[in-house]
Amino acid sequence: MKLTLKIWRQEDANAKGRFETYNIDGIEGDMSFLEMLDVLNDGLVREGKEPVEFDHDCREGICGTCSLQINGEPHGPDRRITTCQLHMRRFNDGDTIVIEPFRARAFPIVKDLIVDRSAFDRIQQAGGFVSVNTSGNTIDANSTPIEKEKADMSFDAATCIGCGACVAACKNASAMLFTSAKVSQFALLPQGEVEASERVMHMVDQMDKEGFGNCTNTGACEIECPKGISLENIARMNREYLSASVAE
Amino acid sequence: MRGIIKSSIARKVAMALSGLFLVVFLAQHFTINITSVISPNTFNEWSHFMGTNVLVQAVLQPILIFGVVFHFVMGFILEYQNRKARGDVGYSIFRGSANSSWFSRNMLISGIVILLFLGLHFYDFWIPEITTKYIEGDMSGMHNGEFRYYEETVEKFANDPYRTGLYVLAFVFLIFHLLHGFSSAFQSVGFNNKYSKALKTFTKAFAIVIPLGFAFIAIFHFVTHL
Repeated sequence: MKLTLKIWRQEDANAKGRFETYNIDGIEGDMSFLEMLDVLNDGLVREGKEPVEFDHDCREGICGTCSLQINGEPHGPDRRITTCQLHMRRFNDGDTIVIEPFRARAFPIVKDLIVDRSAFDRIQQAGGFVSVNTSGNTIDANSTPIEKEKADMSFDAATCIGCGACVAACKNASAMLFTSAKVSQFALLPQGEVEASERVMHMVDQMDKEGFGNCTNTGACEIECPKGISLENIARMNREYLSASVAE
Repeated sequence: MRGIIKSSIARKVAMALSGLFLVVFLAQHFTINITSVISPNTFNEWSHFMGTNVLVQAVLQPILIFGVVFHFVMGFILEYQNRKARGDVGYSIFRGSANSSWFSRNMLISGIVILLFLGLHFYDFWIPEITTKYIEGDMSGMHNGEFRYYEETVEKFANDPYRTGLYVLAFVFLIFHLLHGFSSAFQSVGFNNKYSKALKTFTKAFAIVIPLGFAFIAIFHFVTHL
């Protein structure tokens, strides 16, 4: 398969970026998108050129590291997958593929296609946890009965891998799907109820400080999320936040 | 209460509540207007009541004006903040159509068209009404011995295809705005449960039927007075 790649190149956070065009040959349909980029970089290194920097780690769809905007969609045209799970059979011989970094003020570009998503870490650190005494008297989590429906909803929310596709897909660069998933996974469990008010207040506060946009309920985040995180989580976060604000 | 005033969620809820308030107003406005097609006498009586009742004029009307201004101003502020959140460099390709409706992504466009329409609508009806009642001091609602409201409404559309066309165009954009906005408001205030699907069906039906009804009224008065 022969392809034309238009890839965003940017030296560092402060440099002015630009698109560069690469023609690549010998791409197999069974290759993943990241393997295709490996082939490109192998060629660039052999030619003595700077390889294209891109994020990747597990390459099995669970680490949330690979963050590429491919032909205008985060993680490419398929649904419920990350970029590493996108296969080249999805494209046709002769196609032109435009590859850009996720773009948001809160996700500054580090280099080429790599963005700094530590804003998500700071939101998580602001309250996305349960305070448990680990001094030797830790109670087994399974000793607390939890109704199945709530446990399932909590687990569904917890499957968010923090890849940032929600921010990338949102026309407002809003991080509400991510934040709401992290709020929900604890709010739905009895262990998380104790700190529920503080958690939602602190996490939303941090989300706003990071400079993400406002949610306008377009639903793009839910569609593009590789883990199918539901908009129900945003509604839940809104309820939690409103009740916590009034009680504050 | 600090967070509720400054946060993104508070702004979102404020937009939703002001939008829902305006939807209720639309339903009320339509209910009165449709009587101009069915019964001119009823239209005259209801219009006179709305135009002279102290509670409506002194309390509800200022609240309505505040609601309209708030919804527009907040909408523009949010749009500015949201554009800024994307960063200095935007996407070269952004396939919004792959994951969201045109209506949901272009509330600004439909909102601006509705705002322009409101300018025309105020020029046509609200300003003359306020002038007659509060500047000229004529609270009678009468002209040549009869209620004036029906005649004034009909006069605007009779033999005026351009005004009728502009009204119909604005109502089409109102459909676009409501198709996303009405159901979205419930999500914003945290309502997303097993009833949401039925609610969405109702909001979509409302979003289409009410503006089409307004368009029908304008076209009716234009066509019946050719």
